[in-house]
Amino acid sequence: MYVAVKGGERAIDNAHAWLGEARRGDRDVPELTVDQIREQMALAVNRVMAEGSLYDPDLAALAIKQARGDLIEAIFLVRAYRTTLPRFGGTAPVETDRMAVIRRISATFKDAPGGQVLGPTFDYTHRMLDFTLAAEGEAPVAPRTDAMAAEVPHITGFLNREGLIEQEAPSDAVPPDLTREPLELPAERALRLQALARGDEGFILGMAYSTQRGYARNHAFVGELRIGTVAVEMEVPELGFVIEIGEVELTECETVNQFRGSKTEPPQFTRGYGLVFGQTERKAISMALVDRALRWEELGEDNSGAPAQDAEFVLYHSDNIQATGFLEHIKLPHYVDFQAELELVRRLRREADGGGEVA
Amino acid sequence: MTDTAYNFAYLDEQTKRMIRRAILKGLAIPGYQVPFASREMPMPYGWGTGGVQVSAATLTPDDRLKVIDQGADDTTNAVSIRKFFERTAGVATTEATAEATVIQTRHRIPEVPLTEGQILVYQVPIPEPLRFLEPRETETRKMHALEEYGLMHVKLYEDIARHGQIATAYAYPVKVEGRYVMDPSPIPKFDNPKMSDCGAIQLFGAGREQRIYALPPWTQVVSLDFEDFPFEASKADAACDLCGAENSYLDEVITDDAGGRIFVCSDTDYCRSRREAGFVGAQGEEQVA
Repeated sequence: MYVAVKGGERAIDNAHAWLGEARRGDRDVPELTVDQIREQMALAVNRVMAEGSLYDPDLAALAIKQARGDLIEAIFLVRAYRTTLPRFGGTAPVETDRMAVIRRISATFKDAPGGQVLGPTFDYTHRMLDFTLAAEGEAPVAPRTDAMAAEVPHITGFLNREGLIEQEAPSDAVPPDLTREPLELPAERALRLQALARGDEGFILGMAYSTQRGYARNHAFVGELRIGTVAVEMEVPELGFVIEIGEVELTECETVNQFRGSKTEPPQFTRGYGLVFGQTERKAISMALVDRALRWEELGEDNSGAPAQDAEFVLYHSDNIQATGFLEHIKLPHYVDFQAELELVRRLRREADGGGEVA
Repeated sequence: MTDTAYNFAYLDEQTKRMIRRAILKGLAIPGYQVPFASREMPMPYGWGTGGVQVSAATLTPDDRLKVIDQGADDTTNAVSIRKFFERTAGVATTEATAEATVIQTRHRIPEVPLTEGQILVYQVPIPEPLRFLEPRETETRKMHALEEYGLMHVKLYEDIARHGQIATAYAYPVKVEGRYVMDPSPIPKFDNPKMSDCGAIQLFGAGREQRIYALPPWTQVVSLDFEDFPFEASKADAACDLCGAENSYLDEVITDDAGGRIFVCSDTDYCRSRREAGFVGAQGEEQVA
């Protein structure tokens, strides 16, 4: 007598209980607090905020804790929460010219007004495991200096003055929002940038890297990379004027790309742009390179058939929450489809065998 | 946050309204894929988020919901989705097909014919029937607009040339009211005929791909074929070992490591009700009423 499998509900409840226990780990080791994650895993928190499209370090830290450090899972938690929030309105565009920078470098000029500021970077650290961290020694205190000038001008502004770099036409158009409207192609640049800003860091990095290796090469200089906080301002209709409602940390990257001119455009430097929540410079630089590659059409360049030039390919595959969901769904039962395939393969084999029965 | 912090059936009313508009448009143009601004749901894309959003926009407090996956009410993801609506909508649930007003399904259509007043919600992974012939959405939308389905017929023809038959066992493409070629979701082709002239409203939700499409009741749905190679709804050539049904879709279950196997109905409610009515298969045991 065969009895069909039952008890899915109890299995799920027990699996969740086990997950909770595994999340906690060895109870002799003190439990992580959300504050500790927010303060000491700040770059993970930043990535979760950036790809989760929600600027809230506490919720991002909570998500990382709940996800056992699986950042894509944490991003998913934040996204699912974000989508339930009411929307009060849009802020004024942030002014990155007025950013309070903690890091600001240019690879195109040795020095420029505002100076080069390394900030808290891994760049010149020697990647050797620091065993004093394992010994939980006190953190060193960094030397301090006076605060920098309130306004640090953009490097590309200097090239702009000479007319050597393409001009960006100012626009007051409300940018589209792919979290509220289904993605439809062709996608304008603002929409592409939104998709790239919340796209998977690894995917965008891989796409950017491919352009450096010759798949739609557009040789990029980092004109400027800056990290710091900017004020978020909003016009409140009841008040009739703009007020500051908070501040966010951003990483902004502007690349300056070689361009020998095309049928429609004179030789000049062109731009790629990256803007991401938090200190996330690998992502911001990658975003700028991919942005530039996707602009081939408006600049009259050739389509070399490279993946990074293909907006449909990039935009439809950059979202890690969509990608991981669909990828992992193949774990779900597919008995029915598999059964249909099984019957089909058996029948095809029978017929290939000249009508004989296949064991 | 407690469950009561969320709106009825989880989604806020604005979002439901947006989804209902897409559903109504889909019903007005049967088989046409309507883009909609799919939301991130608290379950992963690919796990039924499209179906869940359509169900959420469809459910009313008086509804009775049934959720199946692979035809069964007790597969893990069906359990999970049913629980989600029990928590967020507090609606009554059932396993009996005839008692349900809304049925969310993955990969099957119940064996008992659906009736007017019922809504069948399909979870759809890839809504575009032309996707594996042409990966670009920009191209496939044009092909639908121009009713340019030659590529699909060439594919089916090539199957016949190579294999002597159309080698598609599930997600077998259909044509709706002589106009749109539609993906029926990955149901076995055995289920295809049930879609046509069905009394229930059939709604299809693809969350990740942001598409909704629909079949109003009594819509004509034809599986693509050729005159000399007519469509055939196939299943395993066996009867259910538990209830003896000969006309229901069967799952093959491996029972030992020596190649032993039995066949059982994939529609668990159908099988249970037959056994309760006294039907017994080769491996079944008589039920005490």
